Amino acid sequence: MNTPMTELAVNVQNTSYYYGRDCALNNINFTLKSGQFLALLGANGAGKTTLFSLLTRLLQSPSGSIELFGHHLQASPGKALQQMGIVFQQSTLDLDLTVAQNLAYHGALHGLSSRKTKQRMAVELQRFDLSNRAGDKVRELNGGHRRRLEIARALLHSPRLLLLDEATVGLDIETRQNINKHIRQLCIDENIAVLWTTHLIEELGPGDDILILNQGDIIARGSGQQLMEQHHVPDMTTLVIQLTGLQP
Amino acid sequence: MRMSAYINGFRGVLLRELLRFIHQRSRLLASLVRPLLWLVVFAAGFRAALGIAIIPPYETYITYEVYIVPGLVGIIVLFNAMQSSLSMVYDREMGSMRVLLTSPLPRAYLLICKLLSGALTSLFQVFGFLLIARLFNVNPPLFGYLWVLPATLLGALMLGALGLLLSSLIRQLENFAGVMNFVVFPMFFLSSALYPLWKMREANELIYYICAANPFTHAVELIRFALYAQFNAQAFWITTITALILTGTAIISYDPGRGLLQRKR
Repeated sequence: MNTPMTELAVNVQNTSYYYGRDCALNNINFTLKSGQFLALLGANGAGKTTLFSLLTRLLQSPSGSIELFGHHLQASPGKALQQMGIVFQQSTLDLDLTVAQNLAYHGALHGLSSRKTKQRMAVELQRFDLSNRAGDKVRELNGGHRRRLEIARALLHSPRLLLLDEATVGLDIETRQNINKHIRQLCIDENIAVLWTTHLIEELGPGDDILILNQGDIIARGSGQQLMEQHHVPDMTTLVIQLTGLQP
Repeated sequence: MRMSAYINGFRGVLLRELLRFIHQRSRLLASLVRPLLWLVVFAAGFRAALGIAIIPPYETYITYEVYIVPGLVGIIVLFNAMQSSLSMVYDREMGSMRVLLTSPLPRAYLLICKLLSGALTSLFQVFGFLLIARLFNVNPPLFGYLWVLPATLLGALMLGALGLLLSSLIRQLENFAGVMNFVVFPMFFLSSALYPLWKMREANELIYYICAANPFTHAVELIRFALYAQFNAQAFWITTITALILTGTAIISYDPGRGLLQRKR
């Protein structure tokens, strides 16, 4: 890969966000490098979804700055968003369109030509074992297939950063493990930076880089192992419960 | 981004709009049945009661059916715009709106693509209706079919922009009934779609002024004149300026920094 490992994929500085008078995020600072896997953990209401919305420009913070690969999200939203593939917690697929039509729509919205979209579609559908479902309506797919399709779609325009918001919620254990493994492999094989928002502690290992949000504040950042040693706890579950009150 | 990216973006939005329109067969059918019911049932009942004097663009006495056809074209466009607005609210509730809003193409451009796609979709319905209307002796000059194309497109853009703006204001699908009652029906009935303005003035001066101020009246008059290969400058400018104001306001309302989306949690 041409991209150096040290390049900053995400650089969030002094970012706060308020809903009226309610503080959802309080002066957040963090970075994520190319090829890095960062898990964002937090209980409901911790600010994960708000942070996700700010990173995807669904919301705009009046303070601080968010840069993606050096492109300021407010000043150059097009260049910043071009680098990003997104999987939202809630499905964003059009159920009445086929798998191929959903991908074609996404490709067009990212400026890809029909030919380029078809090429990329073939690669991503094969990667996620969906080639034989290209002509099926999304409504006919099961939950696991839909999730795989959403990830395939997020990768269609060859992004360098992948944001996943609770991407495995509602899926069976085997599908969750497969998706988890696949995403981690993308970091290694394609140097893609991944921000993985989750509240499922069992999806994380001691070697993972973890960022814990609680009531709008970052309360911990480091590898699972480091944080466990720092807080004198035997495992990840105890660590997260101790810091946030989040139940496994 | 390069120009080709913008063209591809428009192609994607238009194709999706057309595919959804084709898939929703009941919508396609309703869009033709609704104005036909007005033409066949309503016009038949009112033709005896309402005498239409010679008013531009008509050069002779006309039947009521001939009079209301441009208004029914207007209602096709109006309902199509509200259908687009409804599907925007649905998309937002279902989450698929996010795919559009997180595209690297400028949001204002994508919203204009959405408007244009909706307007182009309504042209198919309008021409289908105008062809069927020929069976009921509504035979405008052939050139009129050409002139009515840009006039309908402009009217559809104006009403589509209104729908887009409404979609940013409506929080839930359930609230859409309110739009029908407080926006669509007053807009339609308080216009020149069903009765000429002079007839309104005879009945009630205040209602006449409301009808004259209603932008939908001007969209209908633009279509009426265009259908007879004539140009109504006043209607054109009012429709254009209203379309621009509504489009600008809708774009602002979808801006993440300034718009109404900002206040949602």
